[in-house]
Amino acid sequence: MRNNRLGWIVVISVLALAGCGRNARLPADGGATATPPADASSSGADSGAASAGAGSATADASANEAAVQPDNRIIYFDFDSSEIRAEFVDAVATHARRLAGNNSIRVRLEGHTDERGSPEYNIGLGERRAQAVRRALMLQGVAESQLTTVSYGEERAAQAGSSEEAWAKNRRVELVYLN
Amino acid sequence: MNRQMLNRAMLSLGTLLLAVLAAPARAELVIDITKGVTDPIPIAIVPFARAVPADGGFDVAAVVQRDLESSGRFKAMARTAMLSQPTRAGEVRAADWRSGGNDYVVVGRVSASGTQLQVEFELVNALTGLQLASQRYTAASANLRNAAHQIADLVFEKIIGTRGAFATRIAYVSVDGQPPAQSYQLIVADADGENPRVVLASKMPIMSPAWSADGLWLAYVSFESKISAVYVQQLRSGERRRVSARAGVNSAPSWSPDGKRLALTLSGSSGNLDVYVLDLASQALTRITEDPSIDTEPAWSTDGQSLYFTSDRAGGPQVYKVELANRQRIQRVTFGATYNARPRLAPDGRNLAYVTREGNAYRIGVQDMAGNARVLTRGTLDESPSFAPNGMTLIYAGRQNGQGALETVSVDGQVTQRLRSDRGQVREPAWGPYAAP
Repeated sequence: MRNNRLGWIVVISVLALAGCGRNARLPADGGATATPPADASSSGADSGAASAGAGSATADASANEAAVQPDNRIIYFDFDSSEIRAEFVDAVATHARRLAGNNSIRVRLEGHTDERGSPEYNIGLGERRAQAVRRALMLQGVAESQLTTVSYGEERAAQAGSSEEAWAKNRRVELVYLN
Repeated sequence: MNRQMLNRAMLSLGTLLLAVLAAPARAELVIDITKGVTDPIPIAIVPFARAVPADGGFDVAAVVQRDLESSGRFKAMARTAMLSQPTRAGEVRAADWRSGGNDYVVVGRVSASGTQLQVEFELVNALTGLQLASQRYTAASANLRNAAHQIADLVFEKIIGTRGAFATRIAYVSVDGQPPAQSYQLIVADADGENPRVVLASKMPIMSPAWSADGLWLAYVSFESKISAVYVQQLRSGERRRVSARAGVNSAPSWSPDGKRLALTLSGSSGNLDVYVLDLASQALTRITEDPSIDTEPAWSTDGQSLYFTSDRAGGPQVYKVELANRQRIQRVTFGATYNARPRLAPDGRNLAYVTREGNAYRIGVQDMAGNARVLTRGTLDESPSFAPNGMTLIYAGRQNGQGALETVSVDGQVTQRLRSDRGQVREPAWGPYAAP
């Protein structure tokens, strides 16, 4: 019985993946897969545990990027601010020299906020921070084509917790060198 | 099979393996009432006649009772205090139940016919002896829980005057692990937290689930390819489409009432967030706002003619409203606090909820169409309000012991609930619509 159920799960998952491949053109490094949850009408009081797991799948972002970034690749910001603080002007200039000196190097600027406020508005604030670093780099000779931005808002904290210290660690732009 | 196809097949197989291993990771929610009305209505929910063994031992009356009590507006008689257990309205001796302190009695029975089950119930006024409601449901045995929720919806409606929202579902995001190694799951569960199912699992953030008006689809934001992208996914089949993965921000999806369009937020590579409307069939994109500030978090008016959205064009974030037919006509609708964001309109169009700042705390505020505003919650990091389809209750993300948790508050402020999670953090709740009849 258990084996039958597993077989059924796999079949459904394959169908889901086939659907993804056709409709979504998922990038190779994403590999996220959606789940068709068992039809709500087919699940009873005691079948929750089994069917909840049915056909779920995992999107695995590439693990090689989980390597800890050196501190000079992180620019921290004040609360509700996207202004580059004086103490980080040199760090940004160092990155700008490296990038301007070799325009084959590409960097992704990842903007983050602390956990306070509305998550989607925080996506906007994180983007604003990433753009502030992008503009500073471009003003110092970095080509637009070398830079991309992404805002994670409050979704990817660097440090857990709701203290001023954690919040300060989380309001940041990370420079991720892509090559 | 060419090499590319082979690679894709291998990738799928690898992912599948992960899928089966990862599947059990999920958060189960349990409801606690943290505040109810001061004078809850006394009601007796008598155990239903059973259909042994076809009903699988399912206790319909217990679920009806739990639904009604969890609303904070009812107090149910203990079964041990019941002197008799009638299963039909004709067997209810109103005087007995009245002297037991009850205003209402619910009786019912489950019977089997072939592979189907019939569930019938009656609601009796214990003061007058009159039958107020009766209904019959046909269900597969696995679906008795849903029938119980529908009974609770109808009892609630007959007594309170507004349809209950027990036979509905919620979507939410659960987050496991500590930064930076967190994992994310998009989950759909019954409104009482039962039957959680994983819709999507990812090592990268999942945000902003939004229901289509027919309850068949979810839109959401996933960072699985390390950029933000908006997806729509059919819940029953799992079929999904990536509908926006443009440069910069792709975020904050919201379905139009007719289900044909998606309002969303895009930034382009310049990083200026504005609100757009995407026609899902033609992929045609219409820009709605054009302002150097952050414009985001669109929410449709009930008639589909306007969008509410958050903008910090005047400094701090406030809620504005724009008419789609006349995009120059933009009206500010929130005042009073320095921070009002993430509008959500009640399905009946009578109230607007949002995140508001009081001192250093972020709380859930609500205002009527005349602009009379109230703060409903007392947390410090409350966010992501979403209305129940009956407009009476809001679910939102708050904190319990420093962990993200879901809570509800009635729009009149009288009832609050906590949905405890047995693992991980839960956030970004979205309350689904009523199922189509």
